[in-house]
Amino acid sequence: MNRVALFLPLALFAVLTVVLLLGLDKDPTELPSALVGEPFPTFSLPSLSDATQILDEQDLFGEVVLVNVWATWCFACRIEHAMVNQLAEQGVKVVGLNYKDNREAAIDWLKERGDPYTFSIFDEQGRLGIDLGVYGAPETYLLDATGTIRHRRVGVVDDRVWNSEFRDLYAQLMDEKR
Amino acid sequence: MRLRWPIGLALILAATVIFGSENLVQFSDESLRIRYQVLITELRCPKCQNQNLADSNSPISYDLREEIQRMLEQKKTDSEIKYHLTSRYSEFILYRPELNRTTYLLWGSPVVILLIGLLVALRLNRRNAAEVVSSGETEIANESRLAQLLESEEDEK
Repeated sequence: MNRVALFLPLALFAVLTVVLLLGLDKDPTELPSALVGEPFPTFSLPSLSDATQILDEQDLFGEVVLVNVWATWCFACRIEHAMVNQLAEQGVKVVGLNYKDNREAAIDWLKERGDPYTFSIFDEQGRLGIDLGVYGAPETYLLDATGTIRHRRVGVVDDRVWNSEFRDLYAQLMDEKR
Repeated sequence: MRLRWPIGLALILAATVIFGSENLVQFSDESLRIRYQVLITELRCPKCQNQNLADSNSPISYDLREEIQRMLEQKKTDSEIKYHLTSRYSEFILYRPELNRTTYLLWGSPVVILLIGLLVALRLNRRNAAEVVSSGETEIANESRLAQLLESEEDEK
């Protein structure tokens, strides 16, 4: 009995080491997603290209769609933009959520770099951003045809992220729709 | 010439008033301000690693403070406001997390560690007491042996 008790500190140390080692791999800046599995929040906001056109959540329903949060002030969005263009070329429906931005600057930005978005929602105050739990652009949400959020990525979506997190789920959702 | 420095000081002080007033938050009722202060110190900025909404200068904290102010004016309760924010930003933003399945370990570990500590302290205490008793016994034994030795020495003389 006493012999076994002697090894108790060592065992505790081993357990702690494993727990802490696992913790090292985690990204502390990544928040758990509260909205995965939930319907896309309701909203009523103007379109980026046409201030008189009011969009709402119904415009996102019926198809598998990628909602990409972007802004001209967001440096990482520049890096991501080529990938979004590429996805749109492949036939993925991408909707932009222009987050806390300046309308003219955003329109110019799309003219310059290409516009991969079916349409862009203009969220000047960031209210829809808050409803989505956005805490930094870029963010990307994958919605199924019923308008339910199925996946969320905070940060840049590049080839690696697309292949590991989105591609299979996207294919599956496209199948579900058919 | 002499008047220059008081004027300068007055200007500097005036500047602090002007810059300070920029951040003033207006409430219809002063009791809301107290709740507002408590909420923004208890809620965490989602963008920053370890700052509350009150301390953070990030745009998202600014927006969330505004959102909280708006909800307070809409007569929402503190728990409604917290629920509103955790359902969007997850429990990450609560500096004082709710007690639930994922946080039992977090809330329970201090109690468990305290119990372990008490147990160890108790056992050590008991062992020490036992040692005192045994050392007391040896002392008595030593003394009687000493007395014996002294006695035998005296006999030899």
